[in-house]
Amino acid sequence: MAASASHSDKNYLNESSGIWSWLTTLDHKRIGIMYFISVLTFFLVGGIFALLIRLELFSPGKGLFTPDQYNQVMTYHGAIMVFMVIIPGIPAILGNFFLPLQIGAKDVAFPRLNLASWYLLMLGASMAVATMFLNKVDTGWTFYTPYSIRSSGSVVLMVIAAFIMGMSSVLTGLNFIVTVHKLRAPGMTMFRIPLFVWALYSTAILQVLATPVLGITLLLLVAERVLGVGIFDPKMGGDPVLFQHFFWFYSHPAVYIMILPAMGVISEILTTFSRKTIFGYTAIAFSSLGIAAVSFFVWGHHMFVSGQSEIAGILFSFLTMLVGVPTAIKMFNWLATLYKGSIQFQSPMLFALGFLFLFAIGGVTGIMLATIGLDVHFHDTYFVVAHFHYVMVGGTLMAIMGGFYYWFPKMFGKMYSEAAARMSFVFIFIGFNVTFFPQFILGSMGMPRRYFDYIPAYTQLNRISTVGSWMIAVGFLIGLYTIIKGLRSGAPAPANPWGSKTLEWTVTSPPPHHNFDVEPIVTAGPYEYR
Amino acid sequence: MANKHSNHEDDAHHIMPFSVYVKVASALFILTILTVSAHQMHLGPWAAPVAFLIASVKAVLVMLFFMHLKYDNLTNRVIFATGFFFLALLFAISAIDIWTRIAQSTVL
Amino acid sequence: MSTDNHAHHFAHHFKNAEHEYQSSKEGIWLFMVTEILMFGGLFVGYAIFHSLYPEMFAEGAEHLDWKMGFINTLVLIFSSFTMALGIYYIQRDEKPKAVFNLALTILCGCIFMVIKYMEYSHKFHLGLFPGKWLDVAQTGAHHANLGLYYGFYYCMTGLHGTHVLIGMGLITWVLIRTLRGDFNPKYYTAVEGVGIFWHIVDLIWIFLFPLLYLVG
Repeated sequence: MAASASHSDKNYLNESSGIWSWLTTLDHKRIGIMYFISVLTFFLVGGIFALLIRLELFSPGKGLFTPDQYNQVMTYHGAIMVFMVIIPGIPAILGNFFLPLQIGAKDVAFPRLNLASWYLLMLGASMAVATMFLNKVDTGWTFYTPYSIRSSGSVVLMVIAAFIMGMSSVLTGLNFIVTVHKLRAPGMTMFRIPLFVWALYSTAILQVLATPVLGITLLLLVAERVLGVGIFDPKMGGDPVLFQHFFWFYSHPAVYIMILPAMGVISEILTTFSRKTIFGYTAIAFSSLGIAAVSFFVWGHHMFVSGQSEIAGILFSFLTMLVGVPTAIKMFNWLATLYKGSIQFQSPMLFALGFLFLFAIGGVTGIMLATIGLDVHFHDTYFVVAHFHYVMVGGTLMAIMGGFYYWFPKMFGKMYSEAAARMSFVFIFIGFNVTFFPQFILGSMGMPRRYFDYIPAYTQLNRISTVGSWMIAVGFLIGLYTIIKGLRSGAPAPANPWGSKTLEWTVTSPPPHHNFDVEPIVTAGPYEYR
Repeated sequence: MANKHSNHEDDAHHIMPFSVYVKVASALFILTILTVSAHQMHLGPWAAPVAFLIASVKAVLVMLFFMHLKYDNLTNRVIFATGFFFLALLFAISAIDIWTRIAQSTVL
Repeated sequence: MSTDNHAHHFAHHFKNAEHEYQSSKEGIWLFMVTEILMFGGLFVGYAIFHSLYPEMFAEGAEHLDWKMGFINTLVLIFSSFTMALGIYYIQRDEKPKAVFNLALTILCGCIFMVIKYMEYSHKFHLGLFPGKWLDVAQTGAHHANLGLYYGFYYCMTGLHGTHVLIGMGLITWVLIRTLRGDFNPKYYTAVEGVGIFWHIVDLIWIFLFPLLYLVG
């Protein structure tokens, strides 16, 4: 038994070799790594588009792009980041790798379906990228009608690509639900699973229930463009706002697909690095389910000024306030976990603490946007842009980086350079605030989003924001360097470098192909530190 | 084979008697004829709800017997029912928007 | 030969064949939920526009032959019956009857698609195309937006028809596997899964028929 010894000779990385053994693998750990490589690549591309946006907005007037080109750049930035990075993100990479390990299973329920999910993502991503070389899409990632019907971009191809990537997400969700229901080790009751698993489970429910509605919405968009069915066309008695209802019925739960797994990662990191059991395990578990459930009722808060009725608006505003409750429960429980904990400030913890600060700002500004009176002023301004970057980047991206550093030793059997990781954190955290905090102010001052130009009064804050984007870029490059250096020459990692209590740390680093030499029998909860 | 549900796990492998299949199929045929007859009766505003109701009864028969949900475990039934619930939600709130809008447009 | 109840080789991460079976069933039901929600979106759109334009929808339905729709409904119900029997006979280890019923199910699918083809051709002949392709003057339509009804008609029956074809393909696959002796009373998960898919196809048509054909 090699519980605390250094990595054994045979593990999931070296048990078979050659690219074909990877492309036909059924091992959830290898599939997680494949997703990591793909998603990281997509993130770099989407990030370059972000830098280009900020470069254009450094000064008013035309910079690098014509207005049409700018619309294309902002569309690809959004579409790539949403469909190819953050939606797959944590579930596909960290979830695939660690869900079976955390529940004591040998694999996910349907390993072949798992591989199929990766191929579907790659197929969809290829098609989306192909549109860049045909007719670039300029509709924004939300494809609102009527413009998406008339635009000369390769909308049909892009939308079919999104449909296929949606299928990837659905199958992952389906796989995870059955895995959690059916493959838990003996003694691992639902209230002994780690909170990361609760988070993935709640996310999976969203993936299965919400994504099909996106599917039909995209098919209807194709039908509208090709057949002119008229469902969204006022000339035919149709309604463009109906597109928004259908679109946001998925896309609002989608943002919880993005954040719930991140919150799960935070629970893992905070307990480990305060060496203290989580405060309010049951409350956090039910809050995850609660957020997932309520997320279905609030989509119209994206549509307050779209022309939907006032009654619908009031209904959505009220329901949106409700989602703040389980979210706040989690935030306070996390803080209570830290209180009187024995805090270690290694880089995963830095990212987790950064999450708490940034997500708090993002969440609170979300409540501001949920208030119809305020939203009338903020809608389609940079206030909204700042809000969702605080929750998606300040939230999810911080969590994925923290989680990645946290689990790096387990995944690769090596330690990364702590100093380099801390430096990447500093650049990303400070750079993030420098980029996006001014955007709250810009939005309040009235600067519209998705515009390639602005009035001179906004110049100063835009310049600060662009400089911030360079700092973020530096931070990510340092992060990339940290990963590569760690992979090449990191010190061998022990089985449990952080002293964590969840099951994945009881196997070798890297884990063996079959996960557990002996099936674990669970007799306690996941965070029994004291 | 008798219709008793001994222990939970056996239920999923429960073999539906041939006669049950025949009865359900016959019921579905009759309900289809009923659907068409109801349409011939020109029930005005009641036509759509009646047609929907008959279709729902047929759907439940297909789900319970042909799809074996009657003898399946609770989880699968909850899973399937959840789909319909959220569909109803999509309809309800979109409809609320559109119908309350129409009422407003006359005011504007 | 088919009475050889050899234990099915189940995947290594499951405890036993029954564990794999229960897990597979759950996965199949989760997938069916996604089908309900996808088609459901179309039904929601239909319901909204039907309530907004009742007379226009009635005009559209006039050109639909309810007798063809009625026959197709009976065909699909019968095919669900034969599909269920296919599984029934595998459970009872009566392979020839199972094969017969699966083949009959595919045949019903063919009949359905042939009738659908006849309906579509007839409509094209009358110029009843979807959406913007419907020429109001040429077809003598009383409502200017009649194309909206036909847009729904073709999208809903088209998506449904696609699923009928996929279903027929899947049933052919399990039919071949049944002939090969892959299934026995202890292992028939794939047939059951395909069966559930086929019943969903029937379910959707049960709602489509009155909504599209019996309007006004």
